[in-house]
Amino acid sequence: MHASDHSPAAQLPGRAAFPHRHLTGIAGLQPHEIIFLLDEAEQWVEVNRTRAKSDKRLEGITQINAFFENSTRTLLSFEIAGKRLGADVVNMQVGQSSVKKGETLLDTAATLNAMRSDVIVIRHGSSGAVALIADKVDCPVLNAGDGWHEHPTQALLDALTIRRRRGSVAGQRVVICGDILHSRVARSNMLALTALAAEVRVVAPSTLMPAAIERMYVTPFTDFDAALEGADVVMMLRVQNERMSGGYIPSTREFHMRYGLTPERLSRAAPDALVMHPGPMNRGVEIDSSVADDPERSAITEQVEMGVAVRMACLDVLTRASRGVEGWA
Amino acid sequence: MKTAFLNAELVCPKSGVSRGDLLVEGDTIAAIGSFEIPSDAQRIELGGKTLAPALVDLGVFAVDKAACQAGGIARVGLMPDQSPVLDDPGIVRRAALSGKPVLWVHPIAAATRALEGQDLAEMAINASAGARAVATGRGWIASSGMMRKVLVYARDCDLTVVAHAEDGGLTDGTVATEGETATRLGLPAAPAIAEALAIARDLMLAEETGARLHFRQVTTAAGFDLIRAAKRRGVAVTCGITPAHLLLSDIATSDFRTYAHLSPPLRDESDRQAALAAVRDGTIDVIASGHDPRGPEAKRLPFTDSQPGMSGAGTLLALSLGLVRDGLIPIERLFALLAANPARILGLETGTLGVGMPADLVVLDPGAPWQIDAVRMAGRAGNTPFDRLPVQGKVLGLYKGGAPIG
Repeated sequence: MHASDHSPAAQLPGRAAFPHRHLTGIAGLQPHEIIFLLDEAEQWVEVNRTRAKSDKRLEGITQINAFFENSTRTLLSFEIAGKRLGADVVNMQVGQSSVKKGETLLDTAATLNAMRSDVIVIRHGSSGAVALIADKVDCPVLNAGDGWHEHPTQALLDALTIRRRRGSVAGQRVVICGDILHSRVARSNMLALTALAAEVRVVAPSTLMPAAIERMYVTPFTDFDAALEGADVVMMLRVQNERMSGGYIPSTREFHMRYGLTPERLSRAAPDALVMHPGPMNRGVEIDSSVADDPERSAITEQVEMGVAVRMACLDVLTRASRGVEGWA
Repeated sequence: MKTAFLNAELVCPKSGVSRGDLLVEGDTIAAIGSFEIPSDAQRIELGGKTLAPALVDLGVFAVDKAACQAGGIARVGLMPDQSPVLDDPGIVRRAALSGKPVLWVHPIAAATRALEGQDLAEMAINASAGARAVATGRGWIASSGMMRKVLVYARDCDLTVVAHAEDGGLTDGTVATEGETATRLGLPAAPAIAEALAIARDLMLAEETGARLHFRQVTTAAGFDLIRAAKRRGVAVTCGITPAHLLLSDIATSDFRTYAHLSPPLRDESDRQAALAAVRDGTIDVIASGHDPRGPEAKRLPFTDSQPGMSGAGTLLALSLGLVRDGLIPIERLFALLAANPARILGLETGTLGVGMPADLVVLDPGAPWQIDAVRMAGRAGNTPFDRLPVQGKVLGLYKGGAPIG
């Protein structure tokens, strides 16, 4: 393992290792704080692979997963993470209840707060919504994706996957390809991976590339083949159906021709390059099945596994103060 | 009724700065400088404080008497984006009366019915009901053919067209200016060029038709370049800006601060600098508050869901005086931007300290320090991006037609 990716955080005592009350984004985190969370998650990877997965450290803790936007895998991942730590997990599909009756987001926040939850996990379709709620509640808030803004646990699980498979994040050439403009996954990954000293290249047609992206210390490309040269990691993003057909790109097949990850294209990357995808995949659009299912190259299922470990780590760390863990109060 | 203001620093956009007295008889200015003070006049000793024309705020979205009074504003041009829209003589007439007795409201009628950009509104009838101009409202008229009809018809009615300069095809669904801040925050954003595109089209149409055109807010370097060049060619164009666009860049929206969610959105630093240069070189004709108070139900939302707009009338003068203190413009030019020019665009005989002019006056202490406090602001809604900012310049008195307000 690369020395710079490990350990410095472990030497900071208690709260100093991660002084934040919430996890609303990767922005604002120091590299050593990111590494601290990855190191914490690492322990849970091993625990999750044993038969006795349960840990009771969050016993008596109420975790509310308030999802204002549809989600299956992230919600499930947070639910499993909470349950494995012994928390009482409640899922609120807010999108289908009060909001439709006209309740404002801050009213919902006040309601959640009044229920004396110990940790709230939020997904919302508007950028900044999670930060808005975090300001108004007394317990830690975890961002499970807000609009186009951030999806911090996804970036952490991606970084953990890369670190485990490649030995280090620092120095890796990571190519992120797809709908960068609308992707919170891309934003959080750009922040996390550059903070950990990876070289990040982002690839998209100009219609799906945000302005001034180079100021986030990444290199933009419109030519996927050029970007892939020497890549250690190729991270594909899902292209959403509403962006297809004349809106941002002419068609699915044209997108596949220019930006689809095929075996031939992947041969431009390093021979042992890792293939990643946050899922769900559009097979045959942004990624070919033969690449997605290649056990040597694809880390897609491992990402899902790391997701549970990362979320367990985040839930554990963020509730330490309220649980009175020594050095964290 | 006669009132003599004594020992004042008189600031007039037309005649400059002088020291002296000013006499009001009835509702008009009767004498300026040195004159014999009538024995029956009420004497108000100003001890060197500034006496200037009361502000004319061009393009507010709400009749907010308390905020105007606090800000030294005696007259407002009211935008047509009301409920109901100012596109009918009865509604226009009612709007014109809505500020009495403390505020003159000059309605700016809708240029098209319901501001929908489809059919011409009854401009002449609305003008006879009190409208002083017509406007496209918060939005842009997408059809060039319709905009041309608006301009030629308004020209026939001798009305200025107040236009919103943002190409809706680029700005639709966006809340920010494209750039690093919007990218980091993941906000839907439009390129700043959306403004120049709209200006270019409307300028060409105004030039061709000979109509009078006022862009309520111009905020980008490319936009100012177009206006500057058009003015040189003799196009009858004027433009305005708000203190927010002069003093803040898009960085003010960091942390999803919805109080800095404005329309047009805040621009980057280079455009802000271009705006300051445009004030200095005379490209900008008007500084207006853009007063658009929004309650917490419109602002305490995620940024993309919040409504654009800020409360500005109460802070317009204090924030603008900073331009004088920074040496950007002299104070008499500031009062041209705040009073004389907006009055001219609305066809009002006011905004200068001339004998025979209406006695709309403001007394101020330009150096008096205070702190903007959103919670204690006068008027409706304290949604200001300048909360807690220390400023200088306090209104000590406001007179409308010679009568003290407040």
